[in-house]
Amino acid sequence: MTPILTRTLLATALLSLAGGALAQDKLKVGFMLPYTGTFAALGVAIENGFKQYVDEQGGKLGGRAVEYVKVDDESDPSKAADNANKLVKRDNVDVMVGTVHSGVAMAMAKVAKDNNTLLIVPNAGADAITGPLCAPNIFRSSFSNWQTGFAMGKVAAERKIKTAATITWKYAAGDESVRGFKEGFEAGGGKVVKEMNLPFPGIEFQALLTEVSSIKPDAVYTFFAGGGAVKFVKDWSAAGLGNSVKLIGSGFLTDGTLEAQGDAAKGLLTTLHYADDLTNPKDKAFRLQYAKTYKLQPDVYAVQGYDAAQLLGAGMAAVKGDVKNRDGLVKAMESARIDSPRGPFTLSKAHNPVQDFYLREVNGKVNKNVGIAVKGLTDPARGCKA
Amino acid sequence: MDLTTFLIQCLNSVQYGLLLFLVASGLTLIFGIMGVINLAHGSFYMIGAYLAFSLSALLGSLPLALLVGTVLAVAFGYVLEWVFFSYLYDREHLQQVLMTYGLILVFEELRSLLVGDDVHGVAMPDLLAGSIAIGNGMTYPVYRLFVSGVCLLLAIGMYLLISKTRLGMMVRAGATNREMVQSLGINITLLYRVVFAVGVALAVFAGMIAAPVSSVYPGMGGQVLIICFVVVVIGGIGSIKGALVAALLIGFVDTFGKVLWQEGAGALVYVLMAAILLWRPAGLFKAG
Repeated sequence: MTPILTRTLLATALLSLAGGALAQDKLKVGFMLPYTGTFAALGVAIENGFKQYVDEQGGKLGGRAVEYVKVDDESDPSKAADNANKLVKRDNVDVMVGTVHSGVAMAMAKVAKDNNTLLIVPNAGADAITGPLCAPNIFRSSFSNWQTGFAMGKVAAERKIKTAATITWKYAAGDESVRGFKEGFEAGGGKVVKEMNLPFPGIEFQALLTEVSSIKPDAVYTFFAGGGAVKFVKDWSAAGLGNSVKLIGSGFLTDGTLEAQGDAAKGLLTTLHYADDLTNPKDKAFRLQYAKTYKLQPDVYAVQGYDAAQLLGAGMAAVKGDVKNRDGLVKAMESARIDSPRGPFTLSKAHNPVQDFYLREVNGKVNKNVGIAVKGLTDPARGCKA
Repeated sequence: MDLTTFLIQCLNSVQYGLLLFLVASGLTLIFGIMGVINLAHGSFYMIGAYLAFSLSALLGSLPLALLVGTVLAVAFGYVLEWVFFSYLYDREHLQQVLMTYGLILVFEELRSLLVGDDVHGVAMPDLLAGSIAIGNGMTYPVYRLFVSGVCLLLAIGMYLLISKTRLGMMVRAGATNREMVQSLGINITLLYRVVFAVGVALAVFAGMIAAPVSSVYPGMGGQVLIICFVVVVIGGIGSIKGALVAALLIGFVDTFGKVLWQEGAGALVYVLMAAILLWRPAGLFKAG
């Protein structure tokens, strides 16, 4: 071995030793979130929310200072396993936080399971994460797709809607949400007469809207988000279906899209675990502080990031910062009662929030809370064997 | 499916097909006549949608935005050909693909810097915002009919321009034999520049006129690009007539596929393309 190579190797070894020693002092949190692409704003909101809670605790969780590492997941499932492995193997993080995209989150869950790394999912709603993929070290601070659909199904049945059709993109989140809706709706006496879908992320809805006007159901349940949600709502309004058929959906239909949807969204009913005008003191304080720190209005994603930090904080406090005491940490997180801006929630056995779902009505540019759709809704966690 | 529903679905097919034609016609002109594979064509559509959004906010009216936007688009296409594309004619297809792909990234990034990554909507003019009743309690949005009408007019105009005018003759000749046209004393450089500018303007115009119904969002160009290439390949590279027939064909297959066979709707258009290529490897029509 040449002297130079030996010296380089030694230096590298020393450096990594020093790095290791530092990491023991601080709690290392690895964000794997979208920082570029369509979901970039969501990733930033989650990180902001998370940091806001840590800062409120004086920058410490369970008495240990927090250090952050970041990876941009680009919402790209094909890079997900590599990115997650970077956090786990290269950066040696104590906990991974991520992400928005369900496909990426599922790959993260697999990596977390294989390496027994603690994972908190602050958005992705794929049922599988707290279903077949569930594990003691995997938590979710957001929702499952089934939950948002089920809540709307129950409301629709209660509002004496007899028949409904569903329209969504043909992909996991859409299918899961529609399945939840159908379950809630048919349990309440309604009947889903037709399930329609189109390939993700197609936006030629006109043919399906014509189908709706020929079937004439009482209501149509939809799961769309982002650009697709804007176009769908506008097409719906332009087709003049609103007078005879009621459009309802999961909350993502009208979250972050109202500006673009304009008048077309007026009066739409959706269900979600958050609304823009909750009156509880925790939410008021949270929104004020968030607006002050980041000069932005918080949204449901910021809340989910904030609660991911609260969840981790509850665990860290119980084990007094000893992150190696995994059993104690997990036990404390499992039994925590999180005082969230969305209202307090606890976790199900599969580590998904047991939470209230709000019925929201679009009023101007806000999703106005018009009451609780379902109280303390638990995801059935089908396929979870842990 | 009763008769009314069937007829409305046909209307949907035609309407989607005509819009596709408007975007794809520019691509087939540039691809067929100038021989450049232009992956950035979808970006022009995206730029059109964002232009409609910014200009209609700035000028307060969509028709005015359409007018100003089209003028800007022609100028933009003219400059773009001069600065970038004029260097590509003698290069290999691979280099064309690389450069136009690079342009996609540049346009997307510029869009992100200038307008941001949010989803936007464009308001329809009040006059066209309603919907009309078509029997059996069904209605159809007026704006979509308007878009179809405009597309149809443009299609006819383009057909006349290419097949009946002197300019069209030069364009057709230029596509067949560049050197010969040049030696006959026609300024082929200028001719190409104009054709390119028109091609860009068509895509930008399609993006603008579709903006009120399609909404405006990051990445919208990519979706359009792929289906446009399908139109061009089915119709025959460089053929305006072919693009029209292919776009309408795709409109029908896509619309009725969604209604009658949802599971396979995503693949149906590509199956159609494969079948047509097996039957006629050069597409339905020859260039011209």
